[in-house]
Order: sequence, then C-alpha cells, then structure tokens
Amino acid sequence: MSSVVCISHVPDTESRIRVSGRKIDETGLKFIVSPYDEYALEEAIRLKEAKGGDVTVLTFGPDRAQQGLREALARGATKAMHVKGEPADADSLGIAKVLAAAIRTLEHDVLFLGKQGVGTDNALVAPMLAELLGYPQVNVVTHLEVGDGKLTAHREIEGAEEVLEAPLPAVVSAQKGLNEPRYASLKGIMAAKKVAIDTRSIADLGLDESDIYNQRVTVVSLELPAEKSGGRRIDGSDPQAAAREIVKYIRDEAKAL
Amino acid sequence: MTVLVFTETKDGKLKKASREALTIGRKLAEAAGGELAAFATDAGVAEEAGRYGAKKLYVANAGPYLTETYTAALAQVVKDVQPSVLLFAGSSNGRDLAPRVAARLDAGVASDVDRLEWTDGKLRARRPVYSGKAFATVDVTGKPAIATTRPNAFPAEESGAGAAEVVNVSVDAGQPRVKLVETKAPEAGELTIAEADIIVSGGRGLKEGANFSYIRDLAHAIGGAVGASRATVDAGWIDHQHQVGQTGRVVSPNLYIAAGVSGAIQHLAGMSSSKHIVAINKDPEAPIFRVADLGIVGDLFQILPVLTEEVKKAKAH
Ligand SMILES: Cc1cc2nc3c(=O)[nH]c(=O)nc-3n(C[C@H](O)[C@H](O)[C@H](O)COP(=O)(O)OP(=O)(O)OC[C@H]3O[C@@H](n4cnc5c(N)ncnc54)[C@H](O)[C@@H]3O)c2cc1C
Ligand SMILES: Nc1ncnc2c1ncn2[C@@H]1O[C@H](COP(=O)(O)O)[C@@H](O)[C@H]1O
Repeated sequence: MSSVVCISHVPDTESRIRVSGRKIDETGLKFIVSPYDEYALEEAIRLKEAKGGDVTVLTFGPDRAQQGLREALARGATKAMHVKGEPADADSLGIAKVLAAAIRTLEHDVLFLGKQGVGTDNALVAPMLAELLGYPQVNVVTHLEVGDGKLTAHREIEGAEEVLEAPLPAVVSAQKGLNEPRYASLKGIMAAKKVAIDTRSIADLGLDESDIYNQRVTVVSLELPAEKSGGRRIDGSDPQAAAREIVKYIRDEAKAL
Repeated sequence: MTVLVFTETKDGKLKKASREALTIGRKLAEAAGGELAAFATDAGVAEEAGRYGAKKLYVANAGPYLTETYTAALAQVVKDVQPSVLLFAGSSNGRDLAPRVAARLDAGVASDVDRLEWTDGKLRARRPVYSGKAFATVDVTGKPAIATTRPNAFPAEESGAGAAEVVNVSVDAGQPRVKLVETKAPEAGELTIAEADIIVSGGRGLKEGANFSYIRDLAHAIGGAVGASRATVDAGWIDHQHQVGQTGRVVSPNLYIAAGVSGAIQHLAGMSSSKHIVAINKDPEAPIFRVADLGIVGDLFQILPVLTEEVKKAKAH
C-alpha cells in the first residue's frame, strides 16, 4: 500500500509578513512544512507502518523546498521527489498539473495533501489534482481507515461530519484532528541524509512551462491591512457597569439586539 | 453575458451563504449589463432565488451532495449556459466543488474572496492571505472566471424580482464512486460558527471545560454560536468544530465576543475580519485588545453572568 504526500513549504505562521512588490519579502523568513501537510504525512507514515509500501513525499518549489523533503524523510517518508519551479508564479491549477504529472511516475494507492497550504490559504490543489487524475476525492478529513481497495473517511462539514467510502486510488486532504504528527528521531534524521532526492524540471515531466505559469489567476497587488489601533477600552472592575456598556455597544453599534 | 451561482438549500430554503453569493453575483451581472442565473438541486427555491435577482434557475435532480455527481451536473450547465463568471459560496461543499469543476474546465479560481468587482473587463477579487496579515488583489481570467465567496463578506440583499424561471437539467453522471455512508449530525439546536452572525468564544481563561457554560449561556441569550480557542480544544474542553483560527474555522460574523482568549496570531487569523469585536480579558496587555472595538479589562467570571442577564433584559424589551 503506497502513498504520495504532497507537501508545500510555507513561511512560519508566526512570521511577520512584509511585502515586496506583488510578493512577500522572503528575506529572513523561516520556512516550514505547511501544518496540514504534517497531518497528511503522519497519516501516510502510519499507513506504511500498518501495511507496508512506500511513502513518497513530493514538492514543487524552489531549492529551499528540499529542506521540507528532508524533514519529511526524517519523520519516516521513504522516497522524495522535488520538481523545481516557483509555485508563487503559477496558479493552483498550474501547481496541480505539475503534481499530477509527477504522480503519474510514482507508485501510489492513496494521495495525501493538506486541506490548504497555510499562508496563501487557497484550499484548491487537492480537488484539482483529483480531477486531473480522474480519482475520487475526500476533503477536510478528520478520520481515515484504509482497507482492501477502498478507504473510509470522515469529512468535516458545517457543524457535522460525513462518513464517505471511496475506491482506491483516491485523494485525501487532511484536516487538523486526523492524527498527532510525530517528531523526527535522531535515527530518522541520519537515515534521511542518505536518501537521494529525485529532482526534476517541469520539462522533464513532459509539461509545457507556459501552461503551468499561464496566469489564469494573477496577483496584481499585495497589501498589508491598515493597522488597527484597537478600539475603546473600559475598566471591568464594576461588572454591572461593564455589562451595561457592552449591551449598549451591541445594541447601538453592532445592531445585534 | 451571464453570471452563474452555485446555490445550496436547506429545508427548502437557500442557505445564507448562497444568498450572499447571489447578491454579489447580481451586482456583477448588472454592472456588465448581463443576467444572473443560479444552479440548485431543489426547484422549490425558484421564488427565493428570483427575489435575489436570478432570472433562471437550473435545477439538477442530483440528490445529496457528492463531488462527482455535482461536478458533472454543474459542468453540464456551464457548457449549456457559457457563463462569464461562476460563483460558489465558500461553504464546505462550495470549496470542495469549485476547484474540481475548475480543473474540468481548465479555469482558475480565486478562493475565499471578500471583494469582487470588474476592472478593465476582468474579474478582480480581493482575498485575505497570511492569516489576514495581508490582502492579495487578483485578476481571474478565463471563461468562466471562478471565485468562492467568504461567508459574511457580502451582505445578502433582495432585489425584489419575481420567481426565477426553472430549467430542468438532466445529467448522466454515471455511478458515483464515492458513497455517502452516513452524516453525523451536530447536537440538536446548536448553531454552527461557520454561518453565524454572532459568535461568543471562550479561551483558556475559562480555567476548565465545565465553565464553557458561561459562554453557552451568553451565546444562547444573544442567539449566537459558541466559538473556542485552540487551547481549549486541545485541552478537550470542547469539540474541534468550535475552533476559530488558522487551524479551525475562519469566521467573519457581525459580532464576535471573546472572553478569556489571549488573541494569539493564529486565533486572530480566524476572526479579525469580524465586523464588531468585543473582548473581555483580565490582562490589559492581551493582544486580543488590539483588534477589539470594545475591550473590557476584567474578570470574565464576574462579567459574563451579569452580561447574560442584561442581554436577556434587552431582548425582552
Ligand atoms: C500552527 C499553529 C496553529 C494554531 N492554530 C490556532 C487556531 O486555529 N486557533 C487558536 O485559537 N489558536 C491556534 N493556535 C494556538 C495559539 O498560538 C494559542 O496558543 C491559543 O490561541 C491560545 O489560546 P487561549 O487564548 O485560549 O489561551 P491563552 O493564550 O492561555 O490565553 C488565556 C487568556 O485568558 C485570560 N484570562 C485568564 N483568566 C481570566 C479571567 N478570569 N477573566 C478574563 N480573562 C482571563 C488571560 O489573561 C489570557 O489572555 C495555533 C498555534 C500554532 C503553532
Ligand atoms: N507547491 C506544492 N508542492 C507540493 N504540494 C503542494 C504545493 N502546493 C500545494 N500543495 C498541496 O496542496 C495542498 C493544498 O494547497 P492549496 O490548494 O495551495 O491551499 C497543500 O496542503 C499541499 O498538500
């Protein structure tokens, strides 16, 4: 039972974001594996531990994205592929096309992704990838069981949960709560260093760069929000007075009473 | 020129997020001298869709939501109608479906947008990125230009028109491969944070799980949903469904009340676009005060019960 985990490399969620032109200024930023991709990876490693097979981690990104692959290998992935390119210049469908082409060369029964890449917060690639490959998809998954030729997944929807069954191969996108990701062990870190990362270009995959970077969605500007200075502040040591003040605000300004 | 909106219904009515998507869809159609059309799976909403400006309602008898059947049905309508713009409300199903349909049509998507307009004949959208630490303005080209709308970002407004004309669509989606085994319903009567107009959230300042009753009582009195910080979810005090923030739900209700929540950047990511924010925290330095319109420095255990009573009194008037 083999799987491929698509991981994106994103600025640490604690980062202070600065803008440079139409992109973020990357100087001094720390990059991490996107948090949802960690749940995806952990689920794939558990599947391998239970049923054998390979876990291939796949990323489309610049050179620094290899760091994310190394981290994933250290946690228990067995193979890694890096497709070189600049996802920030592609749109989600371009990224999905790259991943689909790479995946066609890799052994897989289940494809794991995060429900969204933290930062750009698109939440688009998983269903696009599923469509390009013609596979069924289950998104925002909080619980997963993989059986013979099929999987059962819990999908989070507004205030409820669906239990869905899909034949393999299938695409699963991970939500928080799916599992508790492990840390890399020292042994894992050492072993990871020995794995060769299969590095490809977009052209190697038989794709046309102009279709990947064709800008169906183009960023025209990136701006920081106006600094919120904070509103009115009141002392709550008299609960009765504070409560009246809040009710007044809710009624007169929020018009919610 | 047509703007097509994918709508969802519940108990024979359009969901709020769908009414919002219809409203902005109508505005885009009007601005371009075009027409608004809607897709639904329930012909019963023709009148309501018409009130929100839809001239035509394409109805597919597609049953409960499944990605594959809905993708086939919607792609069929897109083929027939050739819309210039295709909108989805950013609900769970909208966000599941939009990218799949987009890939089938080889089109791009701007997701989770909070502004939409025409600029130089292109659909221009604004979307919050980096947890609301920045806003990206994007142009969506291609036909159709696809976007998913952020719930609560576009107020729903009726346009006063009559019922939409129903056009039945027959689709041959084949046998869907994914099977819906069951839907685990939420606790009866609990409002979900995704679509709520008012949210009352609790954080670790509540000290223990049982004290979520302070939050629930106020939420109940004011008619809002219960939200929570990740710290309380991780502690097992409340279910993950309630979590607001980067790894929970992103919400933008009209009113957000936070009590005992420090306002970590990942929490702010999920709620800072709320229209009115009230924060109660005993620490005057708590970062939540930076986004609050009204901040109360004080003890939530003293203030919340009194506030709940005052709200009840105000409602009784
Ligand atoms: C990758 C990542 C993702 C994350 N995602 C999320 C997310 O989606 N949502 C989220 O919320 N967090 C998220 N977090 C966690 C976040 O960093 C904070 O740890 C968390 O939000 C803190 O929760 P809290 O405000 O309830 O607790 P604390 O930070 O402990 O704050 C408790 C507050 O209660 C106040 N208080 C205590 N007693 C009282 C009293 N009697 N009356 C009034 N006030 C009182 C204190 O002054 C304090 O400000 C994430 C973290 C990471 C690293
Ligand atoms: N450049 C990339 N390389 C590999 N996987 C990616 C890339 N971008 C997105 N993904 C995957 O797609 C998921 C959803 O991303 P997004 O649609 O960008 O929010 C991520 O959690 C990753 O699993």
